[in-house]
Amino acid sequence: MKSESNIGSLGVDTRKLGVWLFLASEIMFFTGLIGSYIVLRFANLESWPVPSTVLNIPLTALNTFILICSSATLVLGLASIQRGDKEGLQVGLFLTILLGAAFLSIQMNEYKALIQEGFTISGSIFGSCFFTLTGFHGAHVFAGVIWLTVVFLQSFGPRFSRDQFCGVEMVGLYWHFVDLVWIILFTILYLI
Amino acid sequence: MTNNHIIHTEHKPSFIRKYVFSTDHKVIGIQFLFTTLFFFLVGGVLALLLRWQLGFPGKPMPLFGSWFPDNMMVGGIMLPEFYNVLFTIHASVMIFFAIIPILVGAFGNFVVPLQIGASDMAFPKLNMLSYWIFMPAPFVVLAGFLTESGAAATGWTAYPPLSAIEPVGQTLWIIGVILVGTSSIMGAVNYLTTILNLRAPGMSFFRMPLTTWAIFITSILSLLATPVLTSAMIMLLFDRVMGTHFFLAEGGGHALLWQHMFWFYSHPAVYIMILPAMGIVSDVISTFSRKPLFGYRAMVFAIMAIAFLGFVVWGHHMFQSGMNPTVGTTFMLSTMLIAVPSAIKTFNWLGTMWRGSLRLTPAMLNAVAFVSMFVIGGLSGIFMASTTVDIYIHDTYFIVGHIHYVLFGGSMFAVFAGIQYWFPKMFGRKMDDLLGKIHFVLTFIFFNCTFFPMHILGVGGHMRRIYDPTQYAHLQDLQPINVFITISSFLLGLAQIPFIVNLIKSVFWGEPAGRNPWEANTLEWAAPSPPPHGNFEVIPTVYRGPYEYSEPGRDKDWHAQNEE
Repeated sequence: MKSESNIGSLGVDTRKLGVWLFLASEIMFFTGLIGSYIVLRFANLESWPVPSTVLNIPLTALNTFILICSSATLVLGLASIQRGDKEGLQVGLFLTILLGAAFLSIQMNEYKALIQEGFTISGSIFGSCFFTLTGFHGAHVFAGVIWLTVVFLQSFGPRFSRDQFCGVEMVGLYWHFVDLVWIILFTILYLI
Repeated sequence: MTNNHIIHTEHKPSFIRKYVFSTDHKVIGIQFLFTTLFFFLVGGVLALLLRWQLGFPGKPMPLFGSWFPDNMMVGGIMLPEFYNVLFTIHASVMIFFAIIPILVGAFGNFVVPLQIGASDMAFPKLNMLSYWIFMPAPFVVLAGFLTESGAAATGWTAYPPLSAIEPVGQTLWIIGVILVGTSSIMGAVNYLTTILNLRAPGMSFFRMPLTTWAIFITSILSLLATPVLTSAMIMLLFDRVMGTHFFLAEGGGHALLWQHMFWFYSHPAVYIMILPAMGIVSDVISTFSRKPLFGYRAMVFAIMAIAFLGFVVWGHHMFQSGMNPTVGTTFMLSTMLIAVPSAIKTFNWLGTMWRGSLRLTPAMLNAVAFVSMFVIGGLSGIFMASTTVDIYIHDTYFIVGHIHYVLFGGSMFAVFAGIQYWFPKMFGRKMDDLLGKIHFVLTFIFFNCTFFPMHILGVGGHMRRIYDPTQYAHLQDLQPINVFITISSFLLGLAQIPFIVNLIKSVFWGEPAGRNPWEANTLEWAAPSPPPHGNFEVIPTVYRGPYEYSEPGRDKDWHAQNEE
């Protein structure tokens, strides 16, 4: 399993190919949810509230910035190990985990405030869409933080080196995907 | 080009690691095979209960009627609520827990790595997980029978608003379907990676056998369509347990949205249920006709065309839903286009058999039955594709006849062909020829007696999913047809006994088969029967296409892919 080279008959790494295909299915999952949101919003145009009257946009803009930063720190970590700098990788991973956790805690506080104001998943169709979409995204961030933590712990062992960083690349692909989904969600749920 | 699974150290795994939590694709394939055959039996029994009610409504069921508790049958007479449960669970079990997993899970797992010359799947542990996520799913759905209000009863399509307010059995159904969908996605990632990346040296894409091609294209469908169903199932689940209103009009929801999302998956799923069958049949027909597959590339492109069109035709299930009629016309045209690649495949199968030296083994007989039954099922499909005709025959027994011609007449005959074709590879023994032929003849006759008259019933106006046809004046005269269908269906059920006997008998006492009992070309026959852990002694090198039979000037009429 853990052999040096996993380059197969297509000329790409088998494990990375698997992650790409998994992400294709994830795209379709979020397409299903986002598509439903669009249909439901157009079906309820009159009663749909202006998002800024319900949601805290400055706070979430900060949160979006945090998540984008976490993608950048992960890229820096990957660039470090490609130069053979293991400590750079560890710093990059640690910062990414920290930023991911910060995103989640701000999201939880946002949920708490919204629910106290009476904006709930069952209260309105906007609420149903909002909590389902952001909730599934949050679950993906949570899974990503756990995956990053595993990679972070592995980075203390001999697993990664200048020539061997597939594990970092794989979690990176997933993390950037989750980041990208958030940019779409932030735009369509909060801004327009 | 390296293959990372070549080196396998000799080790004796424990019984549990070898047969229960195995990561070997062959064991997982056989696990899928027996699990799905069991659920094929369960689904069949549910269908026979349905047929009793339709043939003899209001009559107490002999022998078994008294076994059922009072929320299902009173004094052996079926309750209407139980009838609804039966047709829902029959379809769900057959589609989600029998046909899809037997074609993709069983044959895909067992055959694909062998046919491309790999020693296992790309992700063996993920493969094991996909079986163990699939395994509990049918039991979760069937657990609904143990609840007071019974299992899901809204049809396998689970249209809201009904499915959003039905009792708890529906929630179990949703969880079961999400589980089996997750397993499907895991399988799809695995098959695609395996086929793309673990092909043996020389095994270019256009040297791959059709079964592998079909599983490859099918996996693309599973990968991209199943997650949409999962998202819809999650929204329905939230409507039921979290108080949302995605599909309930009173809270601003949209019942039609469910139908779009459901069929966006379930129409490609129709092709998930037929494309692997087409692949299996192509391999079987070419081998037993001793001729190259007619139009190999056209066959591959036809599969691709069917799969692509399969994504843009889902609306033909919704002609009566109240969607815009202009959209209906678009869906009508795209649906009718599918007839073109389907016809290419049918004519190519006929072209393969034409003037071949046919060997009428049970596998070949079942494959030929597939071709003829698929033609009937395909042609009745064109009736339904036309919006104007569909408005009359939608939700009648015509459509029940059609789906069974495609799924039983098509997919199941291909499954029977596939099992008897690869059985020697799976267990190192041959299946009994005579029992196989008896099973084939009886199944073929009673299949047609059961499902063909349904078209007549449907055109006569017999609605589907009705509890008691004798209550409708216009169906009174048609009741003898219903009785005939019911009797035929029981005989069809009994006709499966020779197959079960054959299967059990041959696993233990079948005549030992060598590596290549059918003198076939493809790589799986180059491995020992049954192949050991790791499949091949040496990873084979491929020199030619999969169907080079009866080459002029050769002393034998086959030329294996790995033979120089």
